[in-house]
Amino acid sequence: MGKEFICIVCPKGCRIKVDDNENITGYTCLRGLNYVKEELTCPKRMLTSTVKVSNRKDTYVSVKTSSSISKDLLLDVMKELKKIRVEAPISMHQVLIKNIFNTDIDIISTKEVK
Amino acid sequence: MSLNKNKNIFDCLIIGGGVIGCSIARYLSRFKLNAILLEKHSDVCEEVSSANSAIVHSGYDPKPGTLKAKFNVLGNKMMEQVCKELDVPYIKNGSLTIGFNEDDKLTLLDLVERAKKNGVDARFIEKEELHELEPILNEECKYALLAKDSAIVSPFELTVGFMENAMDNGINLALNSEVINIKRDEETGLYHVYTKNNDEYITKSLVNATGLYSDKITSLIEKPKYEIIPRKGEYILLDHFNQNFVKHTLFMCPTKVGKGVLVSPTTSFNYIVGPSNELTSIYDTSTDSFTLNEIKKVASKLIKNIPYGEVIRTFAGTRPNPDIDDFIIEESKENPLFFNVGGIMSPGLASSPAIGEYVSNLIQAKLNFEQNKNYNPERRKVLKLSSLGKEQYNELIKKNPAYGHIICRCEKVSEGEIIDSIHRNCGARTIKGIKKRLRAGFGKCQGCFCQDEVLKILARELNVNINQICYKDEGSEILKYPSKGE
Amino acid sequence: MNKQVDLVIIGGGSAGLSAAKSAYENGIRDILIIERSSELGGILNQCIHNGFGLHKFKEELTGPEYAYKYISFIKEKNIPYLLDTLVYSISSKAKEITYSNSEEGYRTLNYKALIFAAGCNERTQGQIMIPGERPNGVFTAGLAQRYLNIDGYLVGKNVYILGSGDIGLIMARRMKLEGANVIGVSEIMPYSNGLNRNIVQCLNDFNIPLRLHNTVTKIHGINQLEGITISDVDDNLIPIKGSEQFIKCDTLLLSIGLYPFNAMLKNCGAKVNLETKGAYVDQNLETSLDSIFSCGNVLHVHDLVDYVSLESELAGKNAANLILNGREKYDKVILTSHNENMSYLLPNEIKVYESLENILFSFRVKKPISRAEILFKDENDKVIKKFNKADLLPSEMVQLNVNNLPLNEINQLKVEVRAL
Repeated sequence: MGKEFICIVCPKGCRIKVDDNENITGYTCLRGLNYVKEELTCPKRMLTSTVKVSNRKDTYVSVKTSSSISKDLLLDVMKELKKIRVEAPISMHQVLIKNIFNTDIDIISTKEVK
Repeated sequence: MSLNKNKNIFDCLIIGGGVIGCSIARYLSRFKLNAILLEKHSDVCEEVSSANSAIVHSGYDPKPGTLKAKFNVLGNKMMEQVCKELDVPYIKNGSLTIGFNEDDKLTLLDLVERAKKNGVDARFIEKEELHELEPILNEECKYALLAKDSAIVSPFELTVGFMENAMDNGINLALNSEVINIKRDEETGLYHVYTKNNDEYITKSLVNATGLYSDKITSLIEKPKYEIIPRKGEYILLDHFNQNFVKHTLFMCPTKVGKGVLVSPTTSFNYIVGPSNELTSIYDTSTDSFTLNEIKKVASKLIKNIPYGEVIRTFAGTRPNPDIDDFIIEESKENPLFFNVGGIMSPGLASSPAIGEYVSNLIQAKLNFEQNKNYNPERRKVLKLSSLGKEQYNELIKKNPAYGHIICRCEKVSEGEIIDSIHRNCGARTIKGIKKRLRAGFGKCQGCFCQDEVLKILARELNVNINQICYKDEGSEILKYPSKGE
Repeated sequence: MNKQVDLVIIGGGSAGLSAAKSAYENGIRDILIIERSSELGGILNQCIHNGFGLHKFKEELTGPEYAYKYISFIKEKNIPYLLDTLVYSISSKAKEITYSNSEEGYRTLNYKALIFAAGCNERTQGQIMIPGERPNGVFTAGLAQRYLNIDGYLVGKNVYILGSGDIGLIMARRMKLEGANVIGVSEIMPYSNGLNRNIVQCLNDFNIPLRLHNTVTKIHGINQLEGITISDVDDNLIPIKGSEQFIKCDTLLLSIGLYPFNAMLKNCGAKVNLETKGAYVDQNLETSLDSIFSCGNVLHVHDLVDYVSLESELAGKNAANLILNGREKYDKVILTSHNENMSYLLPNEIKVYESLENILFSFRVKKPISRAEILFKDENDKVIKKFNKADLLPSEMVQLNVNNLPLNEINQLKVEVRAL
């Protein structure tokens, strides 16, 4: 039977097949191959969201995980982001939460707030 | 509500903030009195008055001798001056009622006779003149009745203008005040009016101008003489893509099958196509694709290629159609000083100033108010940027920079205009309120570009949190849940 | 005396910023960017998700990060820009524009060249005439995105989405992650209109169902949305009687397409491409009006910002070239056309002059084609160039940079896409 994946690494969306013997075909770049390998073992996603800025009225700063994070942790990270408040000024790629849930992944800003 | 806690006794209380209630309030404000208007929605002009053809009918159509004929003809004559006083968009564009065959020709000639009886200027014209007036018409359009006094008006601004002017002259307005009970104290003859939000108002005279609900409101105190059988009209609204697409209001000659549909410019040079005429049992403003397609089909008899790619909105309005074939405008026989103003469907908009004046005079005749010496029939002008020259505009921006900041880019509405519309009497409180008064959000993008900014200006000017701003009534708050907690 | 600027750029979003950067790099210093909102970056500011920049920067960026790269350049080079400023009108004859803002008031400004980069609009409930009521709770996906990502509020908690455009898919995930219940997505076409990767990571990851050949046939609720009726549609996209299903929800997001916000150019007399609703342009992205260029989503709707940048750089470069070197004499104008498998083709015409090298063609297909050949033909249907491409989708715009076309030998250029 095998499985088919649509690669999400880039907008091309390659269809990558994995047969019962775990042979992987259909990828057009190495990143696609790695994506499927990861998807088979521990699927990961980039998470983007916002965090409230405490010292500016009605202001939020956009954030992301510094690299893709285990899919299982997405909702837990969202809960953390709901709790925390950060203070402006905020620079681009400022670390807002270090090493979240001991993943070695940080939450970093994706925008400046003056 | 402080107005009633001290058991203030009003001289007059009007229920219903449609164009009729607001017109009555405006004409009442000519007198020295203590009056209030109750409206159940968060703004005036929310139901019948807000969704109709926006036509000031000339008055050739109603049966001679009816109240409809009387008030329509009178209202049409008053409207231009009223719109001047209230600074409301009004264009006397004339109407053409179009016939396609010899049967229609006979009907049109009958209508010309009827117009004469009603005292309306109407003329039968042949094909050549018709096509000169409206070159875009189909070849099949053969005859027409030309009524040059027919006009178009902004129903929102007219209703708001009436109410604002009434308030300028001392009348009170209570929004979000739905009347649920009325009692007449037999001893004092005073009316006690109760609202859903537990307010009680005491008044000497009472006006029922509640449109679709007028039979139900009357039944709170006596058996109504008529029943409202609501009818629905659906419309298609096109963008202002070309100022010369259609200049007149185009009606179709009435036949046994029905009245057909109209195609007309609006005062903002949008174009309106409709309405349908459907029986509906409840308050229902929904559109459906079958009916919209029927409207297109019928309208294509007038103009073959109406550019429906320019549609920006479809809508429907409900009409308070009574089971009596006329307006009902009278004082109750059983309950003195209780005035019923019901069944005001088309030509209600055209009739509104005349009805307002007439009803206010009826009340005056009974209660003998003094004249209001401070009465000013003019509303402070609504600044329209488009009417300013470059120099004037720059002076304005120097004085008030907010006029230089354009918020709605489809209709070119500035922050200054929005702020002004909030702080006037009968000011805008909601996104829809801004839209009705200024057309911000009325254009092609329907607010998807400016709603966010309008919302923030409303919150700032009303000094409330942004999550309290509603689209229409309570419960329609736009920003419902904070994503990151309070 | 009116103020005079060499290059005026209308729009400070991805297209305007890319055009400004490119014009600067091609030698223009006297530039003015005019932006209607209070910050540069345009719609990128609210697109906080990642996936931008893979082509252009070979890295995966969020919208604000992508914009930041350009905004930093603009600020570093001191390229002037006006915020909260709306352009009222363009007069191509006088080469002037009028605009207003709070500080300067209502002004007239002359330009040597102008780049129109005003972006696009979202289609609304009214435009596609969705029947029913008009309550609060029906939002274009982009407006709901702005409310969530910029203002911090969810517009509702029980969400249905009409249209499988990318913004709708992105918002499905975004609202789900913020705690909303995203009930499903309906797409009237038999295929998705979003990128495959977005179907996977926005819908499949969260078990959000996608209903193809299905649409919203009624909106319920007078004041606040109370629910919708959805129905399956037949091959002619007509709702099938009996397939109606009521769905209770407080939010309906519309992701039913974008269209160029081209009204201003149209009003000043520019020829319009009836298929894209954007301007009619030549290979330099110059419109039918002298020295006015158009690029980005106001020219035709793109699916990737990277392509917006590439196209806008071309406009910036060509505008710079026109300002610095004047117009090169051209021998003839070749009109382009496309076949029935394509929904549009840019450019609309090619001016043939000596220094002409590459031509950037953009088009979309009407239906998915798994293996296609793209043929370039002359007026006698002789094939002069041929490419093969796999997996062409209506949701993905195709850009082809083509050189060595024998333009001197042809009088017409037909571009055709054929399924193999």
